[in-house]
Amino acid sequence: MNKTENNKAWFLVLPVVILVAFSAVIPLMTVVNYSVQDIFGPGQRFFVGDEWFRETLRDPRLHEAFVRQLLFTGTILLIQIPLGIAIALTLPTKGWGVSVCLVLLALPLLMPWNVVGTIWLIFARTDIGLGGWSLSQLGIDFNFTGDPLHAWITVVVMDVWHWTPLVVLLCYSGLRAIPNAYYQAAAVDGAGAWAVFRYIQLPKLSGVLTIAVLLRFMDSFMIYTEPFVLTGGGPGNATTFLSQFLATAAVGRFDIGPAAAFSIVYFLFILLFSWMFYTAITRISTGTR
Amino acid sequence: MARIEFQKLAHSYLERPVQPADFALKEMDFAWEDGGAYALLGPSGCGKTTLLNIISGLLRPSQGRVLYDGRDVTALSPAKRNIAQVFQFPVIYDTMTVAQNLAFPLRNRRVPRAETQRRVTELVDMLELQPVADRRASGLTADQKQKISMGRGLVRDDVAAILFDEPLTVIDPHLKWQLRRKLKEVHERFGHTLVYVTHDQNEALTFADKVVVMYEGEVVQLGTPQELFEAPAHRYVGYFIGSPGMNFMGAHLVSDGIGIDGTEIVLGGHWAAAGRQHARSRLAIGIRPEFMAVSAVPRDDAVPAQLLWVQDLGNFKLVCARLGPHEVMAKLPEGETVPTDGAHLVFRPEWTKLYADDRLVA
Repeated sequence: MNKTENNKAWFLVLPVVILVAFSAVIPLMTVVNYSVQDIFGPGQRFFVGDEWFRETLRDPRLHEAFVRQLLFTGTILLIQIPLGIAIALTLPTKGWGVSVCLVLLALPLLMPWNVVGTIWLIFARTDIGLGGWSLSQLGIDFNFTGDPLHAWITVVVMDVWHWTPLVVLLCYSGLRAIPNAYYQAAAVDGAGAWAVFRYIQLPKLSGVLTIAVLLRFMDSFMIYTEPFVLTGGGPGNATTFLSQFLATAAVGRFDIGPAAAFSIVYFLFILLFSWMFYTAITRISTGTR
Repeated sequence: MARIEFQKLAHSYLERPVQPADFALKEMDFAWEDGGAYALLGPSGCGKTTLLNIISGLLRPSQGRVLYDGRDVTALSPAKRNIAQVFQFPVIYDTMTVAQNLAFPLRNRRVPRAETQRRVTELVDMLELQPVADRRASGLTADQKQKISMGRGLVRDDVAAILFDEPLTVIDPHLKWQLRRKLKEVHERFGHTLVYVTHDQNEALTFADKVVVMYEGEVVQLGTPQELFEAPAHRYVGYFIGSPGMNFMGAHLVSDGIGIDGTEIVLGGHWAAAGRQHARSRLAIGIRPEFMAVSAVPRDDAVPAQLLWVQDLGNFKLVCARLGPHEVMAKLPEGETVPTDGAHLVFRPEWTKLYADDRLVA
């Protein structure tokens, strides 16, 4: 059997190629270009090879920011995923309560991110903010602008408030998609609530959970706006995560070369981690090891 | 293993049912004997699955009681009732192997490990699942998955009854026969009470000792396949069981008996007596095509009819004739000669039935 070769079809892909080129490939290549040069001004640029990469990777401040970032992402994943599943399991499944709950849950997701930061900035203040004031009334000397631990807790709680609803909505849709016959079969087989969760709900949620974890990993790894508004990375460098570090280098100090080198490393790391994670999860859920 | 009994059982999916049409199951009272194989037969939406779910306890009836061996179980959960149920579409636990799937109902009941192992091995052999026993259940074909579902129903030998809700819908025709035979084998060996829901009359008639025919939320007849065939208690049973279905002709009361609409035929005797008791009802005369004979010459017990067509179907002949406004089918044995014109239809009195408001009265 002969396959018809028709290379004209490639022209149909052209619009997408152009679009992707301008939106992703060309900007990315610009960054690559910056990362291998030392630029002093227009016309004054020198090729430096991998020097910026080596310098960036050795920077202890970057190492600290990286550890902080891992800690933050790990913390919020550990809180948001179980919490999201738990809330999704308790949501109503019929009646007017469904739409009320879904709308309430979607609210944090609809807010502009700097507004989220501002809300929590006010909320955490001990003089005019409900949260901060309540804590100080309870006798806790709450000070998120001065105490690194308090700042951390505030940022984590804010992120949980902001993003857990996404996990809830994903899980809720996953739970709704489980045919009723599964629950009926489990009831007939004498399975308890835990067995139903462990052997029906959790396996059936594995698809949406993969998406939830990936989205939450990538988003939290790139978190910028909310801590920027809330703590500005402080106190000291206590809540300076990778994006903030990058922005300070690129915009604050105008070190374009190191910032570009770091951007590429950052990008590759997220890509690598997402890929590893995706592969691991799909292997577990299909049962190949 | 239990005798299942219903007392004034009825169910509605509405919160406040008022009229009969609001009920998915209309009030019923009957009992199924311990160890019997029952088929629940009826068209889609007649309430078969509702009744099954009430027996298993997945659904709580709006009124009435369900008794197992005289014990009221209406308020008990399926687990407490110790019942097994197999659903129309395969339900398997994706993350478990085939063997673990089969062991699941036993594990939930804390059956000792050795006993579980023994039962699972036995079932794996019986259902011919050996090659896949240690594979994950999620990658299997639909009929293998359904075998697992059925296996989970069969794995406990102390269950009160095993309920099947059209379990062979997703199975290939050649496997259907094989699995049905397997079920029959299991039934003979363990003597469970089996209830089998289906809308396929062949499946019902080959599987069950007793067939329960349901129609619009009512049990219209409970009987052996032979009883359903020879004396359908309801018009629906008449045309649902048998192929082609029973012939029905509208009838009315005349001074000396029951007259078939649009013809000169009048039935006297016991039909007339029964017909008079149901004078206000809608009457119909029914006769199975199998019990209809066709004669070329006029006879005392035959009426002239116009022959429409004859179809030779290999092992029998199907004859269609016009009698007044009615089209009547007759199923004749192979080799019987069919008159080319001037046919006379023979109504044998023992097989000629009178129905009043769709129910058999004589």
